[in-house]
Amino acid sequence: MRRLRLVALAASLLLAAPAARAAGEAPKPPPQDWSFGGLFGTFDRASAQRGFLVYKQVCAGCHAMKQLAYRNLEGIGLSQAEIRAIAAEYMIMDGPNDDGEMFERPGRPSDRFRSPFPNVQAARAANNGAYPVDLSLIIKARPDGANYIHALLTGYRDEPPAGVEPMEGMHYNAYFPGHWIAMARPLHDDQVEYPDGTPATTEQMARDVTTFLAWAAEPELEQRRAMGVRVILFLIVLAGLTYGVKRKIWAELKH
Amino acid sequence: MAESTTAAHGHGGGAGGTRRDFLSLTATAVAGVGVAAFAWPFIASMNPSASVLALASTEVDLAPIAEGQAITVMWRGKPVFVRHRSAAEIEAARQVPLSALPDPQPDEARVQRPQWLVMVGVCTHLGCVPLGQRPTDPKGDFGGWFCPCHGSHYDTSGRIRRGPAPANLEIPPYTFTSDSVIRIG
Amino acid sequence: MVGLHKSDFKNPVVRWIDERLPIPSLLQKEYAQFPTPKNFNYFWNFGALAMVCLVVMIVTGIFLAMHYTPHTAHAFDSVERIMRDVNYGWLIRYIHMNGASMFFIVVYIHIFRGLYYGSYKAPRELLWILGVVILLLMMATAFMGYVLPWGQMSFWGATVITNLFSAIPVVGDDIVVWLWGGFSVDNPTLNRFFSLHYLLPFLIVGVVFLHVVALHITGSNNPLGIEPKGPQDTIPFHPYYTIKDSFGLVVFLIVFAFFVFFAPNYLGHPDNYIEANPLVTPAHIVPEWYFLPFYAILRAVPDKLGGVVLMFGSIFVLFVLPWLDTSPVRSMKFRPLARPFFWVFVLSCLLLGYCGAMPPEGIWVVLSRVGTAYYFLYFLVILPVLGKLERPLPLPVSISERVLGGGPVPAAAAAKPMEKA
Repeated sequence: MRRLRLVALAASLLLAAPAARAAGEAPKPPPQDWSFGGLFGTFDRASAQRGFLVYKQVCAGCHAMKQLAYRNLEGIGLSQAEIRAIAAEYMIMDGPNDDGEMFERPGRPSDRFRSPFPNVQAARAANNGAYPVDLSLIIKARPDGANYIHALLTGYRDEPPAGVEPMEGMHYNAYFPGHWIAMARPLHDDQVEYPDGTPATTEQMARDVTTFLAWAAEPELEQRRAMGVRVILFLIVLAGLTYGVKRKIWAELKH
Repeated sequence: MAESTTAAHGHGGGAGGTRRDFLSLTATAVAGVGVAAFAWPFIASMNPSASVLALASTEVDLAPIAEGQAITVMWRGKPVFVRHRSAAEIEAARQVPLSALPDPQPDEARVQRPQWLVMVGVCTHLGCVPLGQRPTDPKGDFGGWFCPCHGSHYDTSGRIRRGPAPANLEIPPYTFTSDSVIRIG
Repeated sequence: MVGLHKSDFKNPVVRWIDERLPIPSLLQKEYAQFPTPKNFNYFWNFGALAMVCLVVMIVTGIFLAMHYTPHTAHAFDSVERIMRDVNYGWLIRYIHMNGASMFFIVVYIHIFRGLYYGSYKAPRELLWILGVVILLLMMATAFMGYVLPWGQMSFWGATVITNLFSAIPVVGDDIVVWLWGGFSVDNPTLNRFFSLHYLLPFLIVGVVFLHVVALHITGSNNPLGIEPKGPQDTIPFHPYYTIKDSFGLVVFLIVFAFFVFFAPNYLGHPDNYIEANPLVTPAHIVPEWYFLPFYAILRAVPDKLGGVVLMFGSIFVLFVLPWLDTSPVRSMKFRPLARPFFWVFVLSCLLLGYCGAMPPEGIWVVLSRVGTAYYFLYFLVILPVLGKLERPLPLPVSISERVLGGGPVPAAAAAKPMEKA
């Protein structure tokens, strides 16, 4: 038993190594209390819907989310009619038509989110050479993703700390690895008007858009956790049963 | 899981044996339920995915189709025939007595507006695409469509008249979103 | 009825088949009645667990391949389509992804069990060698599978590992170009990796079959490391070990399910959710956790060729292990001198794994070198010399004597409380 415990301890050390490594890269983002956190959390729908509004009105100017389709918005509680209306706000490139030409038409729920730029080169050209990353998976693509994005969005400082030379065309952020980020501070108080009357502070918008992005990265999260609870409970029962059978069978051997 | 505890016979006896048999049976049954439940996601994964289901509608602009012409559009990976029928074709379809049809169906039940015939262009025999869309195509003995694979003849309402096909060409669900646009699916 | 196999089965259908194709008889003999030492502890579950892992990986893999597109322009997106649009695609993909880690955990424990109890010693040398072949095939399969999602780690992992071959003198560069099918990791590379990733598991199945056949020729080793002296030392595999394996399997599945449902990306790396970009290398390239010890050995050596040679050597040394360990005693239980060296060896492997995840600088380089040195020292010096120097404890007369508590039994009973139940 002691040996087993030793092995388990060593193994957990080994498994913790990559996480420990990642944390050393930049200042650790302060942990936030997320609706989807922990083992059993679920997405706060209202927050995710507000977050979608922030994405739509602020982030979508530069950042694509090409893995999502408008129809997916059902997952944060929007109705079919709302989704159709949102999709129709965008002109989507389609074609070729019978004349062999590409044309634009209003979006449908089955369309993917329209990207602000047709390709990476255009995106770079419009942003001084910096590429605004696709946000579909951003929460999964960064260590401690949700806390990091929240910290990044609220981590802009007007002045770099004393002794740090300002960099031309870059912006100081307390949580960006290396601190100098090409993206200007995207969120300012009251930039977005929330239909539900929630005050749109920078902190509130950062929290909402992070919730939305967390849902976008893992839309299966709630279904996964719910299924996980059932599967593990089932397996525990089955483990008990097989252990009982095992005891019975082996008990006869010892007589 | 598969190698559970079925055949534990012959090793014990008496009360202990009975209890063990009951336990073994329960464990085996529960494990069996688990295996079956585990199989379901794999089977379900072969059904159409959400993105495939989302693409299940197609819009067609009818304005450019002159009388007597037909176009073929793609819907769910299958051809859909959209034919702008002439008065003569409509008349021909409506003259036929139902008793002459292998799959009796009045023409009125197959169209929403008489001049527009919209149907899935897949022969109900074994899935070939019948000829008759282009002016030069053979149209069969009833002036509609002719399936070259096994010789089924369809009339100007897309109904089977002769040949091995058991049923009329299928009518997909569609709606007129305006006077000149339909949405299929 | 000349030529028909004589069958004892009562069920007429089974008998009819058995007479013509005696597979039921074979299964009966090799799995039901198969005489197995009666004193296995739970470490003997891991072979069966590994077999289950292999089956789970093949089944999930086949279903994933139905939806995956092996093309650089579509691979990343097709994996996301699996995760988002395919019914239960996320479940199948997470099982496959975490299944690789589970497979390696199980196989590593299986290997360490073999090392501790001397399962590689005569007459089981070939059984052991086949096991090392399986390990090599698993590593190749896992490496190529990790490339398929075409994330940043996929791409750069493939680049770094294939570049290992450029260390080979004279022909190295040509070999790398041949591996890539081009001048960098690109679409031809992805295509062949997909093809081989689908093929190799079936080769593994073949070698596993040989591994099992070899096992059934020599019979299983056991915690005492002495051969069964007669029927009193063995029990039929079924129902005793089928039920014990089943219980172990369910416990293992609980751990597996926890990762799949509650921490599916814990063992992975965030960078692999960024699509491959041949122009930008991630700040820290690390392989999957199960390759970290080997990665540390590679980086511990300041010379390119030397690092590659030692890394491959760390596995190839296992092939000759049966002839390096000179002690006639199998189980470490009776080798008081070798036992601490074994546990230091386990620690050195864990240390190497930890170093592999750390940046190759400062203390980590030193520790990697210490770990590497001990790894090879253990196999090439300690085991050969200890066998000559050590005075092993007296071995029990037989398994049943030990099990029934007749002989000198101190630690054994305490170490496996389950067996007393």
